[in-house]
Amino acid sequence: MSLDKTTVAKVANLARIRIEEKDLDSLANELNNILGWVEQLGEVDTDGVAPMTSVADMQLRWREDKVSDGGYGEDIVANAPTSEDGFFAVPKVIE
Amino acid sequence: MSELTKLTIAGARDGLAKGDFTSVELTEAHLKSMDAGQTLNAFITQTPEKALTAAAKSDERRASGDNARLMEGIPVAVKDLFCTKDTLTTAASHILDGFTPRYESTVSQNLWDQGAVMLGKTNLDEFAMGSSNETSYHGNVINPWRRNGDDTAIVPGGSSGGSASAVAAHMAMAATGTDTGGSIRQPASFAGIVGMKPTYGRCSRWGVVAFASSLDQAGPMTRSVQDAAIMLEAMAGFDAKDSTSVDMAVPRFEQALSGDIRGLKIGIPQEYRIDGLNAEIAALWDQGIVWLKEAGAEIVDISLPHTKYALPAYYIIAPAEASSNLARYDGVRYGLRVEGDGLDDMYARTRAKGFGAEVKRRLLIGTYVLSAGYYDAYYLKAQKVRTRIADDFKQAFGKIDCILTPTAPSAAFGAGEKSGDPLEMYLNDVFTVPASLAGLPGISVPAGMSETGLPLGLQLLGKPFDEETIIRTAGVLEQAANMTIQPTEWWRS
Repeated sequence: MSLDKTTVAKVANLARIRIEEKDLDSLANELNNILGWVEQLGEVDTDGVAPMTSVADMQLRWREDKVSDGGYGEDIVANAPTSEDGFFAVPKVIE
Repeated sequence: MSELTKLTIAGARDGLAKGDFTSVELTEAHLKSMDAGQTLNAFITQTPEKALTAAAKSDERRASGDNARLMEGIPVAVKDLFCTKDTLTTAASHILDGFTPRYESTVSQNLWDQGAVMLGKTNLDEFAMGSSNETSYHGNVINPWRRNGDDTAIVPGGSSGGSASAVAAHMAMAATGTDTGGSIRQPASFAGIVGMKPTYGRCSRWGVVAFASSLDQAGPMTRSVQDAAIMLEAMAGFDAKDSTSVDMAVPRFEQALSGDIRGLKIGIPQEYRIDGLNAEIAALWDQGIVWLKEAGAEIVDISLPHTKYALPAYYIIAPAEASSNLARYDGVRYGLRVEGDGLDDMYARTRAKGFGAEVKRRLLIGTYVLSAGYYDAYYLKAQKVRTRIADDFKQAFGKIDCILTPTAPSAAFGAGEKSGDPLEMYLNDVFTVPASLAGLPGISVPAGMSETGLPLGLQLLGKPFDEETIIRTAGVLEQAANMTIQPTEWWRS
């Protein structure tokens, strides 16, 4: 599988990273080098092998479904580039 | 270098207990050393005032008879990937400009609870993505070591390069690091110090800026194995705020240092003798085998057949997790915002300006391997290979107690020598990544010098939650290697 310019532009859009048109070719090249190298995983026989979902041999803990912490509204927006009345402020999305 | 900055944590602990010096004096000595070492660019933020306040408090506690803490009065540095309350935390990225957390990471809080004093936040590769500390928005970190008769700036390894440099240059008694694919062990090897990645789940990830959540682990970087044991005990422990934190007792790691490894079975994985393995690395490894044999251990050849697939699997899994984790940097909640034409354009411009080239590369790879139509071929396949790699270790550990390998395939290299080719840079982690994928504990111990005069490390890998065996074995290696050589302090001039 080889990435062309159009695919790189599409992936960049999915990743929400603006890439200049002039940089697409060199980036496609770099990504193809990496993807070409990982192709060797195809050599490994993984028939019947379960994908790893947890590196530690453990089960996730359960807890009671009740509020145990909170009340940090002010702390949460403290680092926002802009906020208003305890809310994050973003450019207008709905006309 | 003052006498006080030469001490290990264990030595300083004794001196403080006897009243030979105070934590304020010890901290002042390190602050001076930090000031004199600006050239190395090991710190992004220095916190001298906070350090002195904390040191004074430590001295007060001690004076009042409250002196049972593990790290009481010990000045340490913190990798700038750990959130520290009211102290700038950058992950070495432009996108976190000005981010000042309102909370403290669990690991750093554990250290303060044990009496440690924070000197500052150390430089790193941006979001811990790199093996040479050349991807930081805040500039390259320089290794205190230089090649014999050569002024070339040497990299400290990465991603915990600032921590490695700070400890090697005696600017801090120890530092925290994080290790996703080798980011504690490889810089420890490059800077001639001890670096330990505990078992996944041993240290809480809460409050640590996430890179690849299934791999990230915090650990200590120190100048002795004993110090690593002391500091790991202080850092570790169950934390309900991290779903992968393991609820088990933290051993007194220091007590594992019995010096006795008679009868211990040490595995030597034949697959780590990679084609073209650097001759001096091979010789160091052989020397390590001799040392452990002389100490009474039994050497056992083992096979980890899927070793060569660890790096490519890692370079799918880690970027995939990163692309998901780093989605949070959107110009809305913290750090940099670049205004654009609407919300989507604001995201895209913010992330274009805020992330460096290596981070963007990995986010694009990660996004691609998770995208519709490619998920099975790449991500799912890599996770299956990961199972294979973990199974290799499981099988091997049926007949051995720990594994000895080199830490890195070479000595530290010069700045710029490998940064042109991402793949060449990735190969630095060839010996550290497999254990990361399997979640195993590992430690790098300085064990020799290259012909050019740079330190080289050996790595020990252990069974899950058996840090004690590798600490014990590392102690024996350290004693046998008897590395007393220190870098000349050229950076002070």
